[in-house]
Order: sequence, then structure tokens, then C-alpha cells
Amino acid sequence: MNWNSWSEFFHMGGYAFYVWGSFAVTAILVAGEILLLRSRWQKALELALNTVKYGKVNNDENET
Amino acid sequence: MINRFNKYKYSSPATFYGFAGRLIPWFYGAAALFCMAGLYIGLFLAPTDFQQSEAYRIIFIHVPASWMSMFIYVVMAFWAALGLAFNTRMSFMMASALAPTGAMLTFVALWTGALWGKPTWGAWWVWDARLTSELILFFLYLGFMALQAAIDDPRRADRAGALIALVGVVNVPIIYFSVRWWNTLHQGASVSMTKSPSMASIMLLGMLVMALAAWMYTIAAALSRARCIILERERNSQWVAQMLEAEA
Repeated sequence: MNWNSWSEFFHMGGYAFYVWGSFAVTAILVAGEILLLRSRWQKALELALNTVKYGKVNNDENET
Repeated sequence: MINRFNKYKYSSPATFYGFAGRLIPWFYGAAALFCMAGLYIGLFLAPTDFQQSEAYRIIFIHVPASWMSMFIYVVMAFWAALGLAFNTRMSFMMASALAPTGAMLTFVALWTGALWGKPTWGAWWVWDARLTSELILFFLYLGFMALQAAIDDPRRADRAGALIALVGVVNVPIIYFSVRWWNTLHQGASVSMTKSPSMASIMLLGMLVMALAAWMYTIAAALSRARCIILERERNSQWVAQMLEAEA
């Protein structure tokens, strides 16, 4: 273990802004992508459910 | 040879959809575990660097993100090529599913690079070969996504996007070898096949575990996005109707 205290850990030898700036922005972007994916998923599912309920359903499934 | 392998089975969106749905939680779980282990090694076990003090710890984000930014582009170009060659819908959908995650990780590589450059080189940004080619990679991802979004017909959007992906892939070896071909401020490769590692093995371990976390996360995110794209595009097809009715 390199750190004698939590405050020393957060201080990062004076590089706190650079180190935590890197880690925090990465964490925010990853969390943001997961949230965006979830909302896109919910919209897609809703759209598909509505299409099945009200829209046309055609049978040309098998062209790959 | 290729005919014996039933490519239609696995390249069919209906099969892929169910298969991906079962895999996604495992990849997210693995990503979380590797990330926790990697951060513990990187932030608590790895010693202070004798030259850069604690600033070097940015490496645990920067290098995995940079590797993935290049690798995802190559995989995207591979799917694009497969789509153009065999005209498989699923290949194009995979290429589109990878792009936003690739763009995000390219941004992370550039961002953490800037935050690392300032304390070690004294500059947030320099127009050096490595940095400039990585910036071009970021614009290639954005260009791919913008082009696909701008074309209404998904088939034409797929083909136009695939062209950008294929042309842009020449940039990836340029990024990778830029530190050798040109005299740059950026340091050389952190890990090389031919030389013994230039860093302490615990630092290397932390970096590799974080790279695994980035891999697992990328797979999970790309599969999730591919499932969204399938549902958006195939919502008129019989199998989607059957599946949704079976689930309801």
C-alpha cells in the first residue's frame, strides 16, 4: 500500500486535478453511454410493441 | 468450405438478438469485476513512479482506452467489409453498433492524454503525429455516425458508412506506428512483443486488467446497441411480432 491516509490518496502527490479529472470524466462518459443505451432500448421496444399492435406486419423475414 | 458452415443461422438478426440478450449481462458483470480489480491494482498496489510521481496513474485509463479506440475501428471496418462482400444485414448493424463506443473511447484517450500531457510535457495538446492521427480517428468515428444518421434509407446508409469505415482503416496503422515513423513527443509503445516490458510488472498488470475491463465493456455496449438497432429496423418483421407476443 502506497498511501498513509485517504487525504494523501486524494491529493495524488499534487496531481489530483489531472488524475481525478481523467478518471472522473471516463466514469461519467461510461455511465452516460449506459444510460443512453437504456433509453434507446426502451424507445425501440415501445416502437416495436406499437408496430406489432397497430402497424403492418409483413412476412418477408428471410432475406439475410 | 464456407458452405458447410451455416452462416445464415448466425447472421440472422433473430438468432443474434436472443443470443446477444443472454450474453450481455455476463459481459457487463465481467467488465465491472475487471474494472474494480484493475483500479485496485492501479490506484493502491502500483508504486509511485520515480519520474512522474502519481501523474503516471492516468496510464490505467489512457492506454486501455487508446488500444480499444484503434481496435474497435478495425473490428468496425471488418464488419463493414463483410457486409459489403456478403450483403448481410447483421454485419452492417454490428459496424453501426460499435461506432459510438469507439468514438467515446477515442475521446477518453484524447482527454486523458491532454490531462497527462499538461503536467509531463507542459502542454495540453501538441500537433504531433500520434496525437493528430488519434484526433483524425475521432473525426472518422463522428463522420461515420453523422453520415449514417443523414441517410434515411438504412441500406444506403449502411453502404456509405461502410465505405468510410474501410477507407479510414488505413489511419489505424498510422496511429500505431506514428511513434516510430516520426520523431514525436509521445512516448513509444508501452507493451511490445519483441522487447521485455519497460515498466514495473505490477503497473503492467494493472494496465492489462483495465484493458480487459475495456474489452468486456465494449462487447457489452456494442451487443446492447446492436439489439436496439435490430429492434428499430426489424420491427415490421414476423419474428419480432412473434417474439414480443411470446414475451407478453
